[in-house]
Amino acid sequence: MSGGMPPRSSMPGAGDGASGEWEVVIGLEIHVQLSTNTKMFCSCPVTFGEEPNTMVCPVCLGHPGTLPVANERAVEYATRIALALGCRIAEHTVFHRKNYFYPDLPKSYQISQFDLPLGLGGRLDVELDDGSLFPVGVTRVHMEEDAGKLVHAGGATGRIHGADYSLVDFNRGGTPLVEVVSEPDMRTPEQARAYLTQLKGLLEHLGVSDVNMEEGSLRCDANVSVRRPGAPLGVKTELKNMNSFRYVQRGLEAEIERQISALEDGETIVQATVHFDPVTGSITTLRSKEEAHDYRYFPEPDLVPIEIDEAYVERVRASVPELPAARRQRFVADYGLPAGDAGILAANRPLGDYFERVAELSGDARLSANWVTGDLSAHLNSTGVGVHESAVTPEALAGLLALLGDGTLSSKLAKDVFQVMLETGRDARAIVDERGLGQISDVVELEGIIAAIVEANPGPTEEFRQGREKVLSFFVGQVMKQTKGQANPKLLNELLRKHLAG
Amino acid sequence: MISREEVEHIARLSRLRFEEDELERLQHGLSAILDYVKTLGELDLDGLEPTAHAVDLKNVLRADEPGVCLSQAAAVANGPVVEAGQFVVPRIG
Repeated sequence: MSGGMPPRSSMPGAGDGASGEWEVVIGLEIHVQLSTNTKMFCSCPVTFGEEPNTMVCPVCLGHPGTLPVANERAVEYATRIALALGCRIAEHTVFHRKNYFYPDLPKSYQISQFDLPLGLGGRLDVELDDGSLFPVGVTRVHMEEDAGKLVHAGGATGRIHGADYSLVDFNRGGTPLVEVVSEPDMRTPEQARAYLTQLKGLLEHLGVSDVNMEEGSLRCDANVSVRRPGAPLGVKTELKNMNSFRYVQRGLEAEIERQISALEDGETIVQATVHFDPVTGSITTLRSKEEAHDYRYFPEPDLVPIEIDEAYVERVRASVPELPAARRQRFVADYGLPAGDAGILAANRPLGDYFERVAELSGDARLSANWVTGDLSAHLNSTGVGVHESAVTPEALAGLLALLGDGTLSSKLAKDVFQVMLETGRDARAIVDERGLGQISDVVELEGIIAAIVEANPGPTEEFRQGREKVLSFFVGQVMKQTKGQANPKLLNELLRKHLAG
Repeated sequence: MISREEVEHIARLSRLRFEEDELERLQHGLSAILDYVKTLGELDLDGLEPTAHAVDLKNVLRADEPGVCLSQAAAVANGPVVEAGQFVVPRIG
């Protein structure tokens, strides 16, 4: 293909194969670690990066004779998530044992939920890049516990001694998880990514999780199948454990391409777990035996049912903060922000809070939004620093905007000062004073400089007088050069015209 | 009587290996247990809600407050093979 990107409809995931159109069907299962102090069923702290097997006790190590007790706050957080997704909260909810053998699961069963989950039948309205909304159904929201962590050692990783083996650290074992299962409502990898982005923003907003995909506090499995439009659902495969938004999209694109070309070659799709390798971009099928999915669920006899009444639901509902969609609308209505800026600020709760503080202090919401979504966000994104850790506080940014507002700084100079603020953490006034960066708005001073330059350049001056407007920029450049860019541009323009007119 | 295949399936799920004669014995033994439990089906339970427990308990929850953990040495003390404070297991997958 020459000349840029291929048209969208022929890109993987949009569904066109060599033999005609295919419809893609995607559903996502999200696991989110809750940011509680302690684990789901014992009092061990929830931590990240501690020495292995130091955040464990007989309960989360699965020792015989120990008893799990559910974490009140985990139930509350899970309820908050279910409510924010518009789910019906079950009046009666029960934990089940999901039985399977794996070394990261010390009890050989995971305490999860089965036919009586906490929340059922919700919906998330996902906003696409073009501003349109599409609804994704939420099948269920349930509570469970995380497994431990396996680290591969020996052989392939470069250790010289011994055969391949794995090391097990149970610090993560028992961390409260909430699983959010979507309906198969997504038709493209882009929609899946948009859903995931929106869900992540929502969870962050709710203050129930760190939602850090790299650290594994948010994990995503995708079920994907393809079919001819109008045909019954095709056989699905499950893409496991993708740990970034980009991989989710790329993994789905690769798997869809694989399924379509297999079907067009007359092959059949086998229900299986598949793995996407982000390095090679290829899909590997992990042939799982039928038995692996026979979990023999049964009610967990060590835990009693949870009965949830109306009063509890209302109490939790009251703790749900303003949701991103509502916030976006308010930013547009109250501050007059463009939809794009409002969307960015509403999707990220700390960033939105930061913006509101700057807007309040500076009194100029649109300018505040420009800076927060522009220079500040660019810096945060490139350094990976969270907005609450930013060297520039909302008060400091409002101080900079004040200098911009009263003409002390031009936009260009303000950007330079902002960089210094990021590096030093000092406030704008101090930097401007110390470095003599203030804009030259002194008429007498500027006139002196202009007069000298006009005198030194009789040729261009004559040209301007003969109507060559373009020459003006030559004089602006000369003055800016001499003033190190600090001349007030509006004033300079005015004075130059006056002088050149003779 | 449950089938021989079912017994083998359950054995695989349980990661247990049985000899030929044991499988046969288990097929009869497990069937006898299931038949015995089946006698409960003779009771008339119409209109009765199933209960999860013999005792009528609900909402047993704990406050989200950290407690005491084991030391690393104690945590891995029962591991047959231990390295760097972690349990050593055969490589998976």
